[in-house]
Amino acid sequence: MATASDTAGPRSGAPAVNTSETIISIEGMHKWFGQFHVLKDINLDVKRGERIVICGPSGSGKSTLIRCINRLEEHQQGSIVVEGTELTGNLKNIEIIRSEVGMVFQSFNLFPHLTVLENCTLALVWVRKMPRAKAQEIAMGYLERVRIPEQAEKYPGQLSGGQQQRVAIARSLCMNPRIMLFDEPTSALDPEMIKEVLDVMVELAESGMTMLVVTHEMGFATAVAHRVIFMDAGEIIEQNEPSEFFNHPRHERTKLFLSQILSH
Amino acid sequence: MAAVPIEDRGLLARLWGNQETRSVIVQIATMAIVFALLALVLRNVAINLEAIGKEFSFDFLTAPAAYDITFSPFIDYTSRDTHFTAAAVGILNTLLVAVCGIAAASVLGVTMGILRLSRNWLVNRIVYVFLEFTRNVPVLLHILLVHGIVVTTLPPPRRAIDLGGTAFVSNRGFFAPSPVFEEGSGIVAAVFVIAVVAALAFRRWAKRVQVETGKIYSVFWICTAIIGGATAVAFLALGAPLSWDLPALKGFNFQGGLALRPEFLALWLALSYYTACFIAEIVRAGILAVSHGQTEAAYALGLRPNRNLQLVVLPQALRIIVPPLVSQYLNLTKNSSLAIAIGYMDIVATIGGISLMQTGKEMETMLIVLGVYLVFSLLISAFMNWFNRSIRYKER
Repeated sequence: MATASDTAGPRSGAPAVNTSETIISIEGMHKWFGQFHVLKDINLDVKRGERIVICGPSGSGKSTLIRCINRLEEHQQGSIVVEGTELTGNLKNIEIIRSEVGMVFQSFNLFPHLTVLENCTLALVWVRKMPRAKAQEIAMGYLERVRIPEQAEKYPGQLSGGQQQRVAIARSLCMNPRIMLFDEPTSALDPEMIKEVLDVMVELAESGMTMLVVTHEMGFATAVAHRVIFMDAGEIIEQNEPSEFFNHPRHERTKLFLSQILSH
Repeated sequence: MAAVPIEDRGLLARLWGNQETRSVIVQIATMAIVFALLALVLRNVAINLEAIGKEFSFDFLTAPAAYDITFSPFIDYTSRDTHFTAAAVGILNTLLVAVCGIAAASVLGVTMGILRLSRNWLVNRIVYVFLEFTRNVPVLLHILLVHGIVVTTLPPPRRAIDLGGTAFVSNRGFFAPSPVFEEGSGIVAAVFVIAVVAALAFRRWAKRVQVETGKIYSVFWICTAIIGGATAVAFLALGAPLSWDLPALKGFNFQGGLALRPEFLALWLALSYYTACFIAEIVRAGILAVSHGQTEAAYALGLRPNRNLQLVVLPQALRIIVPPLVSQYLNLTKNSSLAIAIGYMDIVATIGGISLMQTGKEMETMLIVLGVYLVFSLLISAFMNWFNRSIRYKER
């Protein structure tokens, strides 16, 4: 829990967002899985460079919310606008948005039949239509940033969980996204590997990346986030800057949730 | 009571107490038992053959077979040919139905497997019902069913179903025009081969261009255009050196053209759709076994659905699909021995059937049949093992 704040050092809270430009705008968004109303009237504006941590009990719709932003899930009502492009059934728009938005999954989802380097260059070669040498150069750059260039020729199955997740982050960064979505990036990791992944994420935050992170790492939230959003039963219950959020939660459900995750 | 120290026990007890020597002892004992059983069986055979006055020899293979084979598309066989030739006809007929069956079962199976994953409820259910019905009825019944349909419900040749005046369906089989190659068709064939080589060269070149510049060509369509275009141009330039030999009704049956006899048709169709049902389930399972997270990761990186299938899902699904697929091919090949039920002259019906009856050489003919199936099976398994090794994931 304290790992991220160790790395983040003495900075108390994150620096203010230096721009007021809205990069993601979600208005009146609803989503159903069959009969189940999973997201209810979501309204959320994200500024460029803003870092948001989303937390809440399991089943509260937090993963579904960020998965709607790159259309891995389809919303049924309301609007989502990313970088001025609205997400509709329009395939061209979906393609544009997916190329702007990177995503890191809880279960890594590296391609097991490709080497680490090939995992990173796949989209550069087939989506960005880049020469292989140039793609490899970019990929090696990001693998160095996540501190595993020496594993480039190995296969995902030969790496530890923490290493795999760092490769997954590098793979997303290769596409040079404006926004990064993290869906519980450390939940599948052993405790000693959580730190190496959070360190990479903190560095990414320092570079000014717009980030939406679903996580229960409250140390990370305190050190890095501009805003913490609490969701329950498909609704945004409360949002605030981290210190206010943790020290003075206003809502009963928030208090209950915080007491549960901080009690041990 | 204290245990006796190991050094104080007898030699055998000490060897038995050691993990390595014990395993050697067990292996020696196993081998001894296997060889003893084998020797017993062979001795039994030798004594019994002697008792009924038979000798073990393959000399009969060079004697005239003296029986007709109704279906011999590759060898010009007559009843004056030897048992060896009859066996060769049987082996080729087995191979023919196996190869045609594998081809048809693969196409049909992959199609049904993908349709089974369709979100269209009706398509999905229709395929499902067909699969479940077919898979759970013995293949012999399917063969008899299709043969029955062909022989009893189709009209006789004189009232054959006419498909545009060139092909005919009757209870004597399916008759289609066969191509007759005229002068110049050799050149067309040569052009075709050159076009295939050119297309392969283009593919390599396109791959290199992609590596160097990133430009992506639609390789499949361009290769198709090269091969199809060049062959068509050569064909027309040489004055279309190809004509068709049309089947025509002469007397009681059709003459000329390409004839598929009802036995072959029934065996081929029944084996194909029966095996296709198993292949469909294998394909469906293979695609479903690739975690949906892989597709999500590919989409999140901006890959389109067809690229996701080509670069992410299929390479992983193939590793799961190929081994059981090969064993289905093996099953189809072995199931073709049911040909005997409808009189298709395969290896079992020729050398293992009529030749056996006529010469009384049970041991020898059965050994030949056994050997043939064994060689087919071992070849297929060798391929499967090689393929498995070459695509295995690298893990710790």
